[in-house]
Amino acid sequence: MANPLDHSAEPVKRASARPSEALAITINGKPYFHDGDPAMPLLWFLRDTLRLTGTKFGCGVAACGACTVLVDGKATRACVTPMSVAANHKITTIEGLETVALHPVQQAWIEEDVPQCGYCQAGQIMAAVDLLQRKPKPGDDDIATIGNLCRCGTYPRIRRAILRAADLIQGQKK
Amino acid sequence: MSAIVNTGRRRFLAVSLTATGALLVGVRLAFADQGSDLPPELLGDDLTDVGPFVRIERDNRIVIGARGCEIGQGVMTSLPMLIAEELDVDWAQVRVVQLPYGYIETDKGPSNKYGEQFAGGSTSIPDGWKELREAGATARWLLLQAAAQEWNLPADQLHTESGQVIAADGRRLTYGALARTAATIALPDKPPALKKPEQFRIIGKPTKVVDARDIVTGRTLYGIDEYSANALVAVIARCPYLDGSVGTFDDSETRRVAGVVDVIALPGPKPDEPFSGPLAAGVAVLAENTWAALQGREKLKIQWKQGDWPKESSNALTGAANSLLDHSAEGLSVRKDGDFVKARKQAHQFIEARYEMPFLAHATMEPPGALIEIKQDSARLVASMQNPDGASEIISQLTGLARKDIEIHMTRAGGGFGRRLANDFVAEAVLIAKAAGKPVKLMWTREDDLAHDFYRPFGVHALAATLDRKKRLTGWSHRCAATPRGYRETGTRKRAANNATLEADDFPAGLIANLDKTFYGVESRMPRGAWRAPIHTFHAFAVQSFIDEIAIATKQDAVKLRLELLGEPRQIPYSGHGGPVFDTGRLANVLHLCADKIGWGDKRNDGHGIGIACHFTFGGYAAHAFEVSVEGRELRIHRAVCVADVGRVINPLGVEAQMMGGTIDGISTALHLAITVKDGQVQQKNFPDYPLLRMAQAPRSVEVQIVESTLEPSGAGEIGIPSAAPALANAIYAATTVRVRKLPLMPQLLRML
Repeated sequence: MANPLDHSAEPVKRASARPSEALAITINGKPYFHDGDPAMPLLWFLRDTLRLTGTKFGCGVAACGACTVLVDGKATRACVTPMSVAANHKITTIEGLETVALHPVQQAWIEEDVPQCGYCQAGQIMAAVDLLQRKPKPGDDDIATIGNLCRCGTYPRIRRAILRAADLIQGQKK
Repeated sequence: MSAIVNTGRRRFLAVSLTATGALLVGVRLAFADQGSDLPPELLGDDLTDVGPFVRIERDNRIVIGARGCEIGQGVMTSLPMLIAEELDVDWAQVRVVQLPYGYIETDKGPSNKYGEQFAGGSTSIPDGWKELREAGATARWLLLQAAAQEWNLPADQLHTESGQVIAADGRRLTYGALARTAATIALPDKPPALKKPEQFRIIGKPTKVVDARDIVTGRTLYGIDEYSANALVAVIARCPYLDGSVGTFDDSETRRVAGVVDVIALPGPKPDEPFSGPLAAGVAVLAENTWAALQGREKLKIQWKQGDWPKESSNALTGAANSLLDHSAEGLSVRKDGDFVKARKQAHQFIEARYEMPFLAHATMEPPGALIEIKQDSARLVASMQNPDGASEIISQLTGLARKDIEIHMTRAGGGFGRRLANDFVAEAVLIAKAAGKPVKLMWTREDDLAHDFYRPFGVHALAATLDRKKRLTGWSHRCAATPRGYRETGTRKRAANNATLEADDFPAGLIANLDKTFYGVESRMPRGAWRAPIHTFHAFAVQSFIDEIAIATKQDAVKLRLELLGEPRQIPYSGHGGPVFDTGRLANVLHLCADKIGWGDKRNDGHGIGIACHFTFGGYAAHAFEVSVEGRELRIHRAVCVADVGRVINPLGVEAQMMGGTIDGISTALHLAITVKDGQVQQKNFPDYPLLRMAQAPRSVEVQIVESTLEPSGAGEIGIPSAAPALANAIYAATTVRVRKLPLMPQLLRML
């Protein structure tokens, strides 16, 4: 059940094992190295090492999605993705989503007033970004494939925000 | 520089000026410190240290302090709205900052310079409604006086708008330009008049979460995101047995894990003594990072001692509760009206049923945790919390430090739901930090969280009703056998045994002539506590399911039956929290509206079932209705309706969010969630066996209707949940004719279908 790829279409390729060397990883466009335990999940590298704390810890077993990041664009549970697996891939975290402006998904999240406690929302947003890349015009059932947990019960507003984000993205392309 | 003002109101409001010329207005409660004002040394520029309610910079930037613990209920937005309204600024001008815990010592004992900061019982809005508006109004009054001085005009010829004072001839000065003068003006003798509701420009307007941009960009720092003081990360292997202890342990492999720094044994609570510290004995692993700490914990070899309660099980508890209800004559009489026994003898019809409620865990998305730094003569805590007062007390008790020397910063919290009313996790962090002599960041995993909680009580409700020939309810008996919430509590406060499980005056008390409510305590070692709308989630499922059963058994309309019971709109006494009165008309109104909205009574031929329920909670009124179908083994919720009356609404978007979220929390909990115990251990480990609702199972929308009202506002954080579970069970019955009387619903329904 601890499947790091719970939410992505294709598996992440395993990096060649280089135990004696530091692992290389690209996070939000910047190169980093990890010379600690290669089994350490990406989540703790992001949080404890880089202090990119937008990616949250919720369960440690890939069940809740609070730790969802993009690995080569695909939504992935960082809590069960070892650094040895994440190495040599491009990671995008919630902090890396905003470029010159907010990402349309972030914008839509504000406009639909989604967050309550807000803790799960970074993971929800990353999952939505992945979904909209695969399904630019998602239906209700497509949206419901996002399995991230929200204890506050914001799901109806998440649905509305995803549809709004889809519109915003379409608008940008025109 | 600090401008000090006159005597009479000094006890209520304090005004000061910073070195940079910013006006600061803080609230002092009447019982707070007399005579002295905010100490000048606190009036630096660092808002996190200062914490005034209102700060007006010379460039007209308006900063408003949010005093509450933000746990998702929206107080970081709604409470500053109250201040901004009376200050008469545009909401877009306002920047909101979280205030720290405001402990102060006065000659009347401990107090808080910000007033109430606790998050619980849906009290933030009722508590802040008057005093926070007065804080805003006073700041505005001072600015008006300042402009009057400046222009040499009477203040009553001036008015304010959007952060400016405006004279009759059109001259304007910004608040920022007036701040320095305003701070030298004496406070008014009595609080300035507040706006009339028709003048409100912020209160009642849909207002988005004020710090949403930080949340969606990952910049918001929750308790778990605090990394200050080079704190070591600590995780604890806690004894899985209720009231067990650590026998022996071998940490040699743990200490070999790279990054592990120390291993410390922690004592647990003494059996039968109050839970004044950690909930369980354990062994703490300290490390340079979370992963090393977790790895180190996994390598601990611990022999647990089971304690003297190794056999506790949910099955035994169910048996004990039912046995008490079957045999016990002696219980705690909670309310007795008329003569139920006589009513039963004379009854034309007698109906009875039992409903079982499981233990529940809070499962906040952000697990408990705390970062604490203890120095020789001070301490600093950063955590997600609901009860900073309690944290301050615990730290003081465990360190011997004076509470005034303990600095506490509440962060935005990843959920609360009552879990953070306790500060066991703070106590753990303090004990570890003391033993290690280093700052500590305590992390809880989800497994820790589900296995060690103050659970919503377990219990069985036995309901019975008598009816006359005209199908009118003549008698009502509600006997409840449950694990009392008031179990090994600290302090002098003694809760009644029935607290949080059987409320004396809840519906239909006062509406049926012969009524008995009796409570029986079921012994258990499971820690118990407050879980969102504590008594009401526990109570309403049984009562509102049973009303439905009575309606069906007597072939009456379930809405009409409730409305007949509620009768003429009137206020009847209500002794519980949210009283002193319960307004039958307001409950009837939300029920009516909810029935209309769902299409109650419409003829259907699609196999869908509709269920409805209503409940009064903490001063607010709510009704839920669902339209469901059961296809194969799958329950589909086609529509979800929630109608709520919370009095005057401060932030409609926030109230809607609470009702939507409460409804989904109610569905999630009713369908799937239970904590069970076996062999003295909690059985659930993580989300896979404590399965919160996911989006695919949730209704696509929750149709929320908020009753427009000019009555005093009540809180909204909890009333959106209690009537959800019974409405759902009633809808399932309507769709399937299967009556589920034991929560969670889904496992039962699948057994019974």
